[in-house]
Amino acid sequence: MSIFVITYYSLLLAGSTAAAFFNKRSIFTLLFSLTLVSFVVGIIGGPGGLRAIAICAGILALAAMVSYSFREFLIMLAGPEVAKELRTAPLTAAFGMFVIFTYAITGIFAPWIAPFGEAEVISSAFAPADENMLLGADQLGRDMFSRLVYGTRNSVGLALTATCLAFFLGAGAGLLAAVKGGWFDQLMGRIADVIMSIPSLIFALLMLSIFGPSMPVIICAVAIIYAPRVFRLTRAVAGNVVVMDYIEAAKLRGEGTGYLIRREVLPNSMAPLIAEFGLEFCFVFLLVAGLSFLGLGIQPPTADWGSMVRENATLISFGDITPLIPAAAIALLTVAVNFVVDWMLFRSSGLKEH
Amino acid sequence: MGDILKLVGQRLGLGLVILLVISIIIFFMVELLPGDIAQAVLGQGATEENLAALRKEMGLDKPAFVRYFGWLGNAIFLDFGNSVVTGEKVSTVIGARFANTLFLACYAAVIAVPVAIVLGILVALLRNSIFDRVANVLTLTSISSPEFFLGYILILYFAVKWGMFPAIASLSEGMSFGELLNRTFLPALTLVLVVVAHMMRMTRAAIINLLASPYIEMARLKGVPPLKVIVRHALPNAWAPIINVVALNLAYLITGVVLVEVVFVYPGIGQALVDAVSKRDFPVVQACCLIFAATFILLNLAADVGAILTNPRLRHPK
Repeated sequence: MSIFVITYYSLLLAGSTAAAFFNKRSIFTLLFSLTLVSFVVGIIGGPGGLRAIAICAGILALAAMVSYSFREFLIMLAGPEVAKELRTAPLTAAFGMFVIFTYAITGIFAPWIAPFGEAEVISSAFAPADENMLLGADQLGRDMFSRLVYGTRNSVGLALTATCLAFFLGAGAGLLAAVKGGWFDQLMGRIADVIMSIPSLIFALLMLSIFGPSMPVIICAVAIIYAPRVFRLTRAVAGNVVVMDYIEAAKLRGEGTGYLIRREVLPNSMAPLIAEFGLEFCFVFLLVAGLSFLGLGIQPPTADWGSMVRENATLISFGDITPLIPAAAIALLTVAVNFVVDWMLFRSSGLKEH
Repeated sequence: MGDILKLVGQRLGLGLVILLVISIIIFFMVELLPGDIAQAVLGQGATEENLAALRKEMGLDKPAFVRYFGWLGNAIFLDFGNSVVTGEKVSTVIGARFANTLFLACYAAVIAVPVAIVLGILVALLRNSIFDRVANVLTLTSISSPEFFLGYILILYFAVKWGMFPAIASLSEGMSFGELLNRTFLPALTLVLVVVAHMMRMTRAAIINLLASPYIEMARLKGVPPLKVIVRHALPNAWAPIINVVALNLAYLITGVVLVEVVFVYPGIGQALVDAVSKRDFPVVQACCLIFAATFILLNLAADVGAILTNPRLRHPK
């Protein structure tokens, strides 16, 4: 028994006893089940397994602390109305906001943060990390860290543009279909049905094989694939708004379609649409990452997370985790957006469970 | 019963129409190429004679809709023409690979479906407890990770660090079934992780929706024990949403399989599709897309039909 193992178990047991004493039931359940799990892991994996659990718990605690401070920080900055809303945000949502904020800063200020250019060859291929290069070099001798930073701008920027276009198309068609109804509604609905019945990745591959992988093609292809989902939601939400009395009143006043959409329907169907934007962004981001992982996304030498994973994948067979960092960056942003969307959906809709 | 048959018939008809429309999209999209297929395959430097020869060989001198019906007619009998890169028959290239892909998807589904449903019901019963929250965060993370991320993590630990399973899922002739299961374990596990997360969340939502309905409240109030409430009252009505969830996620497997096959160099149809896209081998691309789309539609159809067949309100009409 090493000192580490003894401290580990005594801390866990002391924690669960304290939680039980102060009647914090959920904390007690968590800590005590962790202790029981640790027995099993300790027997199978030895101190190494316990250390892994301890590191995970430490990272989780760190994330919780960061999100708590970030939420307090936002509450301080925001006006009284927004602050009230923010106080109800769970820690996961605060964590999500923190991650999104960090990514935004990294993306916007990429040229100032990155020590080298994204296509600059500065050392030999797969050179290990040194004081000059934080994460070592990639397969052509470019700085991994700089490419990671530039990748934020390229990958997230591409996904964001595609999502915006998809939203513009989908929400526009949905609102128009809800207000106009009739044959236009039917036609749009059937087109959406057809597009949605082709698997998204397959449809994207088909379009890319024909028009070749370039930035505008990817954006348009992804927008066409995801617009129908937005269309469906907008159509459903706006359909509920259109039957309201105030729309009838506006119609009787003689307002045109444009006014009805902009001033009456859109403001009243905004909340679910914003949450949908977040979800949609996640789908688009994962699809674009998948495409560039397959070598059909943003073309080199532009830095991009998906293709970085692919290009450096050989390092994994030597037990090196550097190629996984861009993939982890993709996962982290998607998780963060999902956390925020979860909270917004919970707040705005009937998802409140009893 | 007549109502159900009519509903199912309608769904099947609709599925057939959508499949037809998709075949039209897949075929005519290639017509949108700048120039034509022959030009795209041979490149800019091709001579007129070569172009004319290839056009004649592919039948490009006939009008597009004539070629479409020829293509569709052959496709029904699984003949998709010849690859423009290797000249082999597309069906021989794809046939064996499609069987491999189906095997991988089935392997993943056999593990994922029972695990996901049991865990989903469990989490729904323990809703709002700390376990539910942890499960929520874990499944969300799994859903949000790209498939290749999960795949490479599994390779890093299970293959490189611990050496338990092979990192590359290569298949060879005359392998025993156990060996096959061992070699394809990591790709299957990657798919399982993604699909279980999706399925768990959807099962949980379906069950919670159900537990909020008045007849469950009634059963609880008259003192039925909790387990009996689930088994006798909730489950018969839960089959429809659960079957729906399963079929939808199997359809999701179809797309997920492409990335996983590339990560593990698994000789499946997804890998063939990606290769064909980068080589611009259009007959293979068209064939793969049609197969994927047909499977996807079939599974969605199964979800619809399953939901109709298990709906107690439709089975016992008043």
